[in-house]
Amino acid sequence: MSNEFYQLSVNGVAHEVRDAWAGESLLYVLRERLGLPGTKGACEQGECGSCTVLMDGEAVCACLVMAATAVEAEITTVEGLSSDGEPTDVQQAFVDAGGVQCGFCTPGLVVAVHHLLERTANPSELQIKEAISGNICRCTGYGRIFAAVKQARDNRLAM
Amino acid sequence: MATTTATSRATLGTSAVRPDGMPKVQGRFAFASDVWADNMLWGATLRSPHPHARIRSIDVSGALAINGVSVVITADDVPGQLTYGLITSDQPVFARDVVRYAGEPVAAVAADHPETARRALDAIRVDYEVLSPLLDAEQAIDGSFAAIHPDGNVIRNQRVIRGDQSFVGDVIVEGSYELGMQDQAFLGLEAALALPDEDGAGVELFVATQWLHEDQKQIAACLDMPLERVRITLGGVGGAFGGREDISLQVHCCLLALVTRRPIKMQYGREESFFGHIHRHPARIVMRHHADRDGTLRRVEARAVFDGGAYASTSSAVLINAVTHMQGPYRCDIATVDGYVVRTNNPPCGAMRGFGVVQACFAHESQMDKLAVACGLSPVDIRLKNAMRTGDRLITGQIVESVAPVERCIRETAALPMPAPLLDEPDALELPGGSGLTARRSNIRRGVGWGVSIKNLMYSEGFDDYATARCRLADGVVTLQFATAEVGQGFVVLAQQIARTVLGIDTVLLEPISTAIGSAGSTSASRQTWMSGGAVDGACRLVREQLFAHVGATHDVDPLRLAIDATEVIDTMGTLRVAVADAARGLVLDETFEHHHRATEELDENGQGNCHVAFAFVAHRAVVDVDPDLGLVKVVQIATAQDVGRVLNPLAALGQVEGGIAQGLGLAVMEEIVLVNGKMRNPSFTDYLLPTALDAPEVVVTMIEEPEPQAPLGAKGIGEPPCISVTPAIVAAIRDATGKALTRVPVRPQDIVFGD
Repeated sequence: MSNEFYQLSVNGVAHEVRDAWAGESLLYVLRERLGLPGTKGACEQGECGSCTVLMDGEAVCACLVMAATAVEAEITTVEGLSSDGEPTDVQQAFVDAGGVQCGFCTPGLVVAVHHLLERTANPSELQIKEAISGNICRCTGYGRIFAAVKQARDNRLAM
Repeated sequence: MATTTATSRATLGTSAVRPDGMPKVQGRFAFASDVWADNMLWGATLRSPHPHARIRSIDVSGALAINGVSVVITADDVPGQLTYGLITSDQPVFARDVVRYAGEPVAAVAADHPETARRALDAIRVDYEVLSPLLDAEQAIDGSFAAIHPDGNVIRNQRVIRGDQSFVGDVIVEGSYELGMQDQAFLGLEAALALPDEDGAGVELFVATQWLHEDQKQIAACLDMPLERVRITLGGVGGAFGGREDISLQVHCCLLALVTRRPIKMQYGREESFFGHIHRHPARIVMRHHADRDGTLRRVEARAVFDGGAYASTSSAVLINAVTHMQGPYRCDIATVDGYVVRTNNPPCGAMRGFGVVQACFAHESQMDKLAVACGLSPVDIRLKNAMRTGDRLITGQIVESVAPVERCIRETAALPMPAPLLDEPDALELPGGSGLTARRSNIRRGVGWGVSIKNLMYSEGFDDYATARCRLADGVVTLQFATAEVGQGFVVLAQQIARTVLGIDTVLLEPISTAIGSAGSTSASRQTWMSGGAVDGACRLVREQLFAHVGATHDVDPLRLAIDATEVIDTMGTLRVAVADAARGLVLDETFEHHHRATEELDENGQGNCHVAFAFVAHRAVVDVDPDLGLVKVVQIATAQDVGRVLNPLAALGQVEGGIAQGLGLAVMEEIVLVNGKMRNPSFTDYLLPTALDAPEVVVTMIEEPEPQAPLGAKGIGEPPCISVTPAIVAAIRDATGKALTRVPVRPQDIVFGD
């Protein structure tokens, strides 16, 4: 056993990662070492967006980030979008609008939509499609996901 | 009678919210890949790089020498049956003497870390004598290639012969059609956790599957264990679409757990997933249609060849679906159909959404368009003229007893609004090629195409695919138990809706989905709403009968006069009205029900017989924009009217329709596993293209609600029809825009640019 370790700041909590192989992706470390399996892996090459997390507010594919290089960043996963266990407006909209079927793509999509709505308060239909075009869903055909994003957008605008 | 106040009870017919929705959006839902155990090891599989080879020797010493590797297992370590399979047990747990496809499992390891396991696989030395592979399905049929499996190279040959075989129509059209190999590409990769019993005589498995009891049967046989020592609980399933009906890692995972006596976790990466499950059969179908001059369809001739790959899986059932659906949703008295599904050294094929009918439909719908041209009719009129009705006979001789609103599907689809014309200066993302920013507005041509289909529901040919459910009412709470695999379709919410409707109780809990109860059959063949829905309905009704007996005795009312009105038991001929919660106080009612559909028959040698249970119909109209110079396609809109029997959950039904359409779009213009010399060239999401949000067309939908008398809830299965005729509709639209023949899917840019 080595004494090597590094720290990751995830959802506002500092985690120590010990005795890890340096080649581990952020996705692997989140899921297998830090007990945060909400972030999903489905392609290992940044094509499907299932592993989307925020690093310092930017949406990234956790499968493409080496965990040991993320030590300086503030990482937010699907589990950390709300601090009190209550669903966020985006999460609620996905449930209400029927945007969830098997749900495997959902955590990545929810993170991507938060990212979109933080940057663009009133995205058009095309902007929505482009923003989530890196998140593959195999079940829904995207129709109810678009509806969910619009619901979340409109609710925020009405506030 | 007093009126009930309107409430928002999540009963049948409402868009009740699925109980797993909130956990899924919050990342709290446990998929099979999310479960773990203390002290667990990681399993991994070594696969053959060759499509056909003899194994001279396997040297595992290098792997065992690696620190952290616990065990390496091969075919020699399989204690029971050496093979598994859904219909015939022909697929080895591990290849022993010979490998029959590139990607076939040869060995498995257990190690302390996925990376250690990967290195261990690298260190196993397999000495292969490479053999020439059988890759051409015709060679499997004509016998010119030696048998590559003890069961032979033809998995099944089935004819469908009906009517005057010498009939020649006034109008004849013919064509040869081809479909590539499609992948289910479910997002949640194959994953399982196996926990060995302390005594080593049993195992508990958490796995993403479509049919727990079938897995249990096959695993137990390979492990040489009694069924009850293999206990399976459904791990959360990230989509299935047919690709989880066969065994993938189940036996390997259990075996590693039993050998190491430690929990084993296995999960495939995306590349391995392409090797680890079966795919949609690639097929060639040659068809000749005979009609009267007015367009009346008289005779269908077809020869279909399906490539089943190395192992049988469900190939024989896929073939039956194809040959018995060759006429499409049209009346036709004369048929001459010959179908083969064969064994080759290509990757194994089996179930995928649409199951054989996808292939038949692409061919018959292409033919109907040719017939329309030959008879001077529009694509809509040729289909209306021949539209099947309830009471018509199929080419198998079976009478279609199902509600068959084919004409209504077509007319209501035609009545849906067309999309707005492409703007003079559209956003680049709205052009074919999208973010590639390559197409020029002035080049774009718009086309419209049609597709209509018929799909059988449930299993066929005498198979009794029953479903079991249990309902328990205690302390005013209903608890349901079933082994129905929830793969994303939403059975969990439907089950709750049924119980709320039948029993008038809103709190409905669900037991874990496991083999602790009888089989529910497979989540496939558009069957669970009908079958497991029928089982839950039946169990709830048995409980309700007892409740009524109790209320009747308590209040001196004939139980036959009692009914549920919202959340109350009422006397339909008197004034009694008591809340179900009060009526059930102190009672514990517990009933189990098996739902069986009516019996079906096997086909005879001429393909005649009542082999199917029921049918559903759908029409699709596609509008596409095409850049003919670049071969780029943008599917603008899909309009559809689907025969659903009855809508039980509008939001869930819409999601099934939209999702199926996206998969049919994928087959039409994007998705194909490319094989070169039996090897997959694109087993990744970088190279196997799936529809994204930018590829999703506008979808306009009409649900045709004509309750199906045979169905327990009046509802037909809705999962498969959306993905079937949308593919030929899109291709027809591209033909309309380009004038090209386009006889193969997926349509590739080169087919549009250079094709005839």
